[in-house]
Amino acid sequence: MKLLNQEESKRICDKVMALSHADECRVSLSGSRTGNIRYARNSVSTAGLVENTQLTVSVAFGKRQGTASINEFDDASLEKAVRRAEDVARLAPENPEFMPAIGKQDFKGSNTYNANTAAIDPDFRADVAAQGINAARKNKLVAAGFFTDSTGFEVIANSNGLFGYQQQTSLDFSLTVRTEDGRGSGWSSSAAYDAKRFDARAVSDIAIEKALRSVDAKALEPGRYTVILEPAATSELIGRMFGGFDARRADEGRSFLSKKGGGNRLGEKLFDEQVNIWADPWDKDAPVLAWDAQSMMPRQRTDVVKNGVVSSLDYSRFWAQKQGKEATARHGNMIIAGGTKSLEELIASTKKGVLVTRTWYIRMVDPQSVLLTGLTRDGTFYIEDGKIKHPIKNFRFNESPVAMLNNIDELGRSQLISGDEVPYQMMIPPMKLRDFNFTSLSDAV
Amino acid sequence: MLIPVFGNAIAAEELLNPMAVAFKKSLADTALNAATKAGATYCDVRIGRYLNQFVTTRDLNVENIVNTESSGVGVRVIANGAYGFCSTNLMTPDAVADAARQAVAIARANAKLQDAPIQLAPVKGVGEVAWATPFTKDWRTVPIKDKAEMLIAANKAGLDAGASFMQSLLFQVNQQKYFASTDGSYIDQDIHRLWSPVTATAVDKASGKFRTRDGLSSPAGMGYEFFDVKPEHKVRAAGGVTQLYKGGYDLIEDARACGRQAREKLTAKSVEPGKYDLVLSPEHLFLTIHESIGHATELDRVLGYEANYAGTSFATLDKWESKKFKYGSEHVNIVADKTTPGSLGCVAYDDEGVASKRWDLIRNGILVNYQVTRDQAHIIGEKESQGCSFADSWSSVQFQRMPNVSLEAGKKQLTPDEMVKDVKKGIYILGRGSYSIDQQRYNFQFGGQLYYEIKNGKIGPMLEDVAYQSNTQEFWNACTAICDQRDWRMGGSFFDGKGQPPQVSAVSHGSSTSRFNGINVINTARKIG
Repeated sequence: MKLLNQEESKRICDKVMALSHADECRVSLSGSRTGNIRYARNSVSTAGLVENTQLTVSVAFGKRQGTASINEFDDASLEKAVRRAEDVARLAPENPEFMPAIGKQDFKGSNTYNANTAAIDPDFRADVAAQGINAARKNKLVAAGFFTDSTGFEVIANSNGLFGYQQQTSLDFSLTVRTEDGRGSGWSSSAAYDAKRFDARAVSDIAIEKALRSVDAKALEPGRYTVILEPAATSELIGRMFGGFDARRADEGRSFLSKKGGGNRLGEKLFDEQVNIWADPWDKDAPVLAWDAQSMMPRQRTDVVKNGVVSSLDYSRFWAQKQGKEATARHGNMIIAGGTKSLEELIASTKKGVLVTRTWYIRMVDPQSVLLTGLTRDGTFYIEDGKIKHPIKNFRFNESPVAMLNNIDELGRSQLISGDEVPYQMMIPPMKLRDFNFTSLSDAV
Repeated sequence: MLIPVFGNAIAAEELLNPMAVAFKKSLADTALNAATKAGATYCDVRIGRYLNQFVTTRDLNVENIVNTESSGVGVRVIANGAYGFCSTNLMTPDAVADAARQAVAIARANAKLQDAPIQLAPVKGVGEVAWATPFTKDWRTVPIKDKAEMLIAANKAGLDAGASFMQSLLFQVNQQKYFASTDGSYIDQDIHRLWSPVTATAVDKASGKFRTRDGLSSPAGMGYEFFDVKPEHKVRAAGGVTQLYKGGYDLIEDARACGRQAREKLTAKSVEPGKYDLVLSPEHLFLTIHESIGHATELDRVLGYEANYAGTSFATLDKWESKKFKYGSEHVNIVADKTTPGSLGCVAYDDEGVASKRWDLIRNGILVNYQVTRDQAHIIGEKESQGCSFADSWSSVQFQRMPNVSLEAGKKQLTPDEMVKDVKKGIYILGRGSYSIDQQRYNFQFGGQLYYEIKNGKIGPMLEDVAYQSNTQEFWNACTAICDQRDWRMGGSFFDGKGQPPQVSAVSHGSSTSRFNGINVINTARKIG
């Protein structure tokens, strides 16, 4: 099915809502065309194209809610979806926390669509793979990579007259290059909104250089070190901290932002004053949808941490009503303010330290302190007197992003990183941090 | 945990009518013919209908009930020696034939970057066959009201026992999978699984401390009879520290224990770091097996196909070829299978039409084999695939996924209580906690749900802040005893992630309670701001 435009989407939403006999009706509609190419051992392993369009109808009778979805769009199918949603709603128990649909909104669109990215075709994808594979072959290295791009649209509507339509595009690429003997491994990635600003060769070259430089890694004793974490090494660590900003969790006493004796730590200075984090759907480098699809509320530019102070918490509509606060839309991005220095400049100003390309298998050990464990991977180096001296063996770490953001020496220029296991687009700088806690060595290359 | 949200919600009464086999065969033949005509030397077609129902509760409220359905067709071909794949949700002959032709075109494009042609190990066509997960109670026919009441009763039991907050969920899966290939197979399978995780949170507002305790259930490849718990399903933990389950699950009883033990954790003794002999219950050990043996013996990882994301493996071909690589102590016998009844991996055929089997991965501590698909079998000199191919949707391309990987029970009669009697300084660990392992499966760190001190052969008080860090080979060589078959039971992972784009699969791991000597335990307590 072709991607729908605003008028076609509106017509379908209106038709669905007209069919509903429930007290209220919410509709979301989304479609995408997603292409990908995957390669390993210097050969393409899979390539594919997935097209899908899906309609979700959610209706409520009082506080009983039901949901149904369908991916057929003739009149009979639309009616079937509405009746199914109504059937489920009648069977569901009342939810005391049910919140009625919100009223009409004026969404200020964000720039999430790029025509260059939408024009990506199979040849473009094959060329991305070829750039990495050919460069790796030339250097007698072995490349494995994944490129994916998506073009689509998102629509929300409800029976109070709310309607929003926005087109989206994205692209994401990463590759790992290893030496033939498996003693060296390098990784690099790139996310971009504009395919014209994406350079597969440059990304591939970084991974190749890291692979070549990482051979013959030496063991460094585990312990606390000054580290320079590249943005991709930090995003999954810091991204996991934001769950604790949920006001309900904090108020209920089960977040690192819960206060001893009750309440939360909004307004407290918990981080180094260099820490400034905000969400902004209109950010030019990391734009996201102008609304949060679950609540259908418009997103706002919101300070999350300002000069190290916790400056906002996330309030669901239910919790906001209960606590007498204003509800917030779920954030789609996190912008972490950086400095002006490049990664190379951060290295140049470091007497002794460890450069980390990437972190891996990060898991929460203790949500009380946001203690996370994980490992370094695909390019870990020892820095001495402002230069990369030699590769070092990978480490396991046990560290909390709250502690990390209190131990900042310097921040570099922020860069776009797409979330892997965290649900945000992030602008995040390379960070030079003190006393990062490496707890054991890993033999993995 | 990954929760698939892709799919269409459906009314329960419509779940029970599968697509007619004749319709699926005709659609499959259309794709096979179109692919062959377009130049494919091989083609397989997977017609899938994936039904899920998720029920989510929080304290005494049902938060959500979601029925999803996803149907469509995936066509994989080999043309010019390379793979091509295309999928469509339009179940018409024209759309399926188009998908087949597009798959061939993609294969031809991929062939340009291919060094050597794909070699598939032979499979003899089985004609038209059918298989279904054995069950006595279909989750699709159990009223939503009964499920909601069970979950709310569990939450109430946890709250009454000391929890500040409770959450319980019910995941139910039915995969109706039809496979056809140019080898002459038409395989119709109906697969059922379910899982009910529960979590209690206890908060001490005065100290600002909170702790959680997750349920000790295992997901199962069976029907709703899983919840009709009988006395034979109950297993007493060593020292009677808690109730465990095998082949059935008393959600409400376990939720009550969750509430009580989450509260108990708030004042439990913080562990002294150091070397301990660990006694690991199957509810915990399954995940250590999964991460340090299951993933490490996937041949696609060993060869480098997952290098960019999931990683490679330390269990390299030279170690296997030497026939001497001591993965573990002589007690360690690891088998792979897709045949154990009630397991998450149990099917009759994989997603390449290969019949399920059972084989050794580690015998008397020595690495003896891997997990392979048809295109990998020749690399390790196997004449046929072991049936490890799986795709999580009609729209995903199938690739190598882990079968059940289990530790065989010890041959000598030994109960967990008898095992504990010999331990001077140890920790008894139960349940699945935090888990992390490096990309070649050497260095890992695991936590659990419940920890008990063992001193001079006796189980003592509850401990907290425990995690153990080890190296896979050292750890399995430190295995000194395994309880006998009476204690053997399965744990499992319902949403195991792998691949790019990521796919989830479900897999079980059986073991008996096992002992590992001299393992490094760290204390995970930290203070912030």
